[in-house]
Amino acid sequence: MSKINTILEKLKQPSAASLGSLLIGGFVAGVIFWGGFNTAMEATNTESFCISCHEMRVNVYEEYKDTIHYSNRTGVRATCPDCHVPKEWVHKIVRKIQASNELIHKALGSIDTPEKFEAKRLKLAQNVWRTMKKTDSRECRNCHDFESMDYTSQQRRAMKRHSKGFDEGKTCIDCHKGIAHSLPVMYEVDPSSVVGDGK
Amino acid sequence: MKKPFVMGILLALGVMGGMSQVYAADQVKSLRGASDLDAPSNKVVIKKIQQGREPIERDYVQQPPLIPHKIAGYKINLKVNKCLTCHSWANYKEAGATKISQTHFSDREMSVHANVAARRYFCTQCHVPQADTKPLVENTFQPVETIRR
Repeated sequence: MSKINTILEKLKQPSAASLGSLLIGGFVAGVIFWGGFNTAMEATNTESFCISCHEMRVNVYEEYKDTIHYSNRTGVRATCPDCHVPKEWVHKIVRKIQASNELIHKALGSIDTPEKFEAKRLKLAQNVWRTMKKTDSRECRNCHDFESMDYTSQQRRAMKRHSKGFDEGKTCIDCHKGIAHSLPVMYEVDPSSVVGDGK
Repeated sequence: MKKPFVMGILLALGVMGGMSQVYAADQVKSLRGASDLDAPSNKVVIKKIQQGREPIERDYVQQPPLIPHKIAGYKINLKVNKCLTCHSWANYKEAGATKISQTHFSDREMSVHANVAARRYFCTQCHVPQADTKPLVENTFQPVETIRR
């Protein structure tokens, strides 16, 4: 009995050493966990991760390679997460949680052939357009800040439409659709830009 | 044994005849210069397409207006026509662009449709952007005075 009592006594009044080791151990574990978590998240935030799925590689990535955000005169280029994942931590986590839906559809094979992808393209594009509109094209503005835009060094058409668009409070995605990927059948969005019903 | 021999001579003559035709083909020259199939092509001169400018005057009646801006990356396919996102009747005002002509709504039976006719859908079949280059063939074309002074 006395032995049990001593152990209980010790547990009631832990020594300073055990408190310290708990604190230090907790701190170290926290650093490792936090660092590991962020490293793993960053690993999912790379282009090579995105195109490790054929759905991305054979459809949107192939199209993307033809566009100015991939290849241009200065060699500055954007990768998938630059446009599709927010930079700020909270928004980024929210987007990463939403991505679990994409994992479900990967497992279901919802877009696992180009035909299936094409059939869903309008819906998928509209999802991205809606988000961009809601966030005032936040991801575009990570690089394209219109406070820093010099209209006078833009082309005639760009100068005219940018100054007008910004005056009307428009956001990038209002006009710049289909700049990084092929557009879907646009009949529902703008029937005047398609022949017939686009099918 | 004689027949194959005669055939052989005939064949040889035929081949020689064919070769003389090849030599004749040698005289024909492509405007972009001749180079053998297995040889590297001539140095490609990259022509700079003109940047955006004011609409370009026409030089003759029924000339398809020239495109006064770059169109790199503009897709025209069944799903969408990038040109029409600015030049269609629904969009030209907001875009500040020239609208497509009314003729573009008629099919080949001349019946008028509500939207652009299929035969007029592929803009770049007639309308082209401009590059600052020397003409391939010299010419003395002048627009008539009724079009342009």
